[in-house]
Amino acid sequence: MVFAAIHVPDFILQAVVRAEPYLHGRALVLIEGIPPLEIVVAASEAAARLGIELGMAKSQVEQFRGIEIRHRSSAQVRAHEKSAHAALLDLGWSFSPRLEDVAPDTIVLDLAGLHVLHASEENIADQLVQRACALGLTTNVAIASKIESSIIAARSFSGTTLIPAGQESERLGPLPVQALSPSAELRETLERWGVRTCAALAALPVLNLSERLGQEGVRLHTLARGENARALILAEPAASFEEEMELDDAVEELEPLAFVLGRLLDQLCARLNARSLAVQVIRVRFDLERSPEKNIRTLEDDFRQKAGASTYENELTLPLPMRDSKMLLRLLRLKLQADPPSAPILKVVIAVDPTAPRSTQGGLFVAGFPDPEKWELMLARLANLVGEANVGSPELMDTHLQGEFRMDRFATFSKEPGVARNRKSVPANQDSHASLPQEPVTAFRVFRPPFAAKVELREECPVRIVFCGVRAEVIVASGPWRTSGNWWGEGVWQHDEWDIEIRCDLKQYAPRSRLKQCAPRSPAAANLAAAGDRPADCPTYDEREQNPAARSDSALRDGMYRIYYDGLRRSWFVRGAYD
Amino acid sequence: MASAGVAEIDFLTSGLPRGGLTEIYGPFCSGRTSLLLSALASRTVTGEVCALVDGCDAFDPHSAEAAGVELKKLLWVRCRNLDHALRATDLLLQGGGFSLIALDLSDVSSKNIRHVPLHVWFRLRRAVENTPTILVLLNRESQAKMCASLVLRLEAEPACRITVPEICDPGFLQHSLSCLFDGFEVHAERIRSRVQSVADAYGGHGSVPIIANGMTSTFKTKALWSYFSRVRNGPLAP
Repeated sequence: MVFAAIHVPDFILQAVVRAEPYLHGRALVLIEGIPPLEIVVAASEAAARLGIELGMAKSQVEQFRGIEIRHRSSAQVRAHEKSAHAALLDLGWSFSPRLEDVAPDTIVLDLAGLHVLHASEENIADQLVQRACALGLTTNVAIASKIESSIIAARSFSGTTLIPAGQESERLGPLPVQALSPSAELRETLERWGVRTCAALAALPVLNLSERLGQEGVRLHTLARGENARALILAEPAASFEEEMELDDAVEELEPLAFVLGRLLDQLCARLNARSLAVQVIRVRFDLERSPEKNIRTLEDDFRQKAGASTYENELTLPLPMRDSKMLLRLLRLKLQADPPSAPILKVVIAVDPTAPRSTQGGLFVAGFPDPEKWELMLARLANLVGEANVGSPELMDTHLQGEFRMDRFATFSKEPGVARNRKSVPANQDSHASLPQEPVTAFRVFRPPFAAKVELREECPVRIVFCGVRAEVIVASGPWRTSGNWWGEGVWQHDEWDIEIRCDLKQYAPRSRLKQCAPRSPAAANLAAAGDRPADCPTYDEREQNPAARSDSALRDGMYRIYYDGLRRSWFVRGAYD
Repeated sequence: MASAGVAEIDFLTSGLPRGGLTEIYGPFCSGRTSLLLSALASRTVTGEVCALVDGCDAFDPHSAEAAGVELKKLLWVRCRNLDHALRATDLLLQGGGFSLIALDLSDVSSKNIRHVPLHVWFRLRRAVENTPTILVLLNRESQAKMCASLVLRLEAEPACRITVPEICDPGFLQHSLSCLFDGFEVHAERIRSRVQSVADAYGGHGSVPIIANGMTSTFKTKALWSYFSRVRNGPLAP
């Protein structure tokens, strides 16, 4: 059996630099402790060159110029460490399902069976280093036949280390005893004895060592000889992918926030890529800043704390699994533009629901479709322009009520693998067109909302109609076609529909007052079913101005219309026209 | 070129040009929407995806389905003003992938449309060039002018109507259940066409006459119920 240990040197520094790439190459110092007794626990190479040493007090560090100081106990740095550790685990799982999580900066993989995919152990090690770089981590990789030997080698040697079976003792010999992680007491004892290297420790007789140092000494002796064999303690793969970042200052605009979102999405997509997964749902959560609000009513200079929402949550569901971080960022920005947070943002948390990536198989005779991600972006922009409810495919409802439909999400891509996108995957020919009507069907144009109308009846048939400033004579009327429904619940309707052909006589606006005067003088006033106790409302001047069809260049003219009498509201309406 | 869904129109124009702007204009109740639905149906039935930018939210899904449009293959963008309609059309053209994009401005005030500068129509034409997309513009008056590859003007005769033969009393002719709306007779005039192709639109015809501008053609639309009427022969094909 062969094992690979992956160790991230200066893990806490790399975790911070991974999250804040602009710190790369700069003098970075991490301090820890209770103020004012904070001390340096990690320093970058640039900081070390300036003279920063581990254990130095914060006040001493502040004497140096150009030093970036981060507090290790801050939530932000802890989030960076958690994220880096998660990325390291994802790196391991991208290679092997058998993985042990030794420490936040070290994991061990079982390489059994990987020789089928990778030519040699050197190739495996190189691939591990490259993928770690893609995730923003610089790693040491050591491959050995013993787990503990590989861990010690990864922590002690930089770069890639290969230890053939049986040569563990020889390769680990030159290492200091501290590489075996002895307790402080044992380290002091060995120091007193003059045992400074693993080779020296391995040369000691084990019986005498056990008498003086106990089981701990025997364990160290076994490690030094590279003979320690144990089983891998398997880690469970993570089910959640989450990245977070706490901001130094509250961000109000969405534009600067896009940089933060982009970085987090890059990290998430890199982790998903390593595990061959894609994004199905993106959830964002913002911790908002509570802001005071001026009391406008009193018009005084007092401020009143507004107990608004402290968090903002939103969710973006993708019709297809995606893994392109730039595309995801564009979609997320459009979503946030449509529903922005109400206060400045202090912390950003992005979590994704992973799923298997989509697999599609095109066909020779299937109409080509553009990139689904590009199309999804286009739909998101349309939704941003006209509203999400106004973009989609209409779906007819199973009801007798005229004009009932709902807007469905527009999706033309099949989610079933191996199924052609287009079931009717044939070119245009007689077979496909045979399902169409032989002559074109007369189309109907709907007025939304229906126009209120005044209808004059004679012998229970419409003879004149007035709507939207148009007065017309009814030449032909076909009806009434009575429909009703939902009498058992809400949404009850009762309509008498007519198809009428009209001839306009006076295309001029009729002031409301004149209309009311005309109605009683009409010879068929008694038959005005719309009257009830009062005449039907006719649009006022303001309503006509807002109605594009009722402006001076009115589109309405002679033609075929469908009107109906609403038995519940006791009013006439024009539903639409045939065109 | 692609079929418009109406044989008479295909004969008149050789079909709707792909990669070009087709303008269909005419007064109210002139058959424009019927022609548009036929074109959408002929595209969607072959599995192609279409889009409709509805300038005044007047689209009726029921009559579209009756015309044979596969609603799942139709993207309906419901706009409330001219600016949104033009921007939505631009987005759809940039996105690509649609067989037919229809911009329906029939109910938008002509005064507003006249204020649209000509370069907007040029931009739309340029966006659709060299693509397999058919861009159709529905209007009351011709606005695109030189930008359109094909311009059709429609005018409808008074509505056709039939009466049930058993009831022939003239007194019931105008106001009766026996009088049913049967459709329109639409006259289409080809105002302009840049397509010089004389390709056969139907297959099997030996020679095709050269179509000159100004020629007209007539087609009839039928009310949906008439396909199920006992007066007609045979129901609507499933």
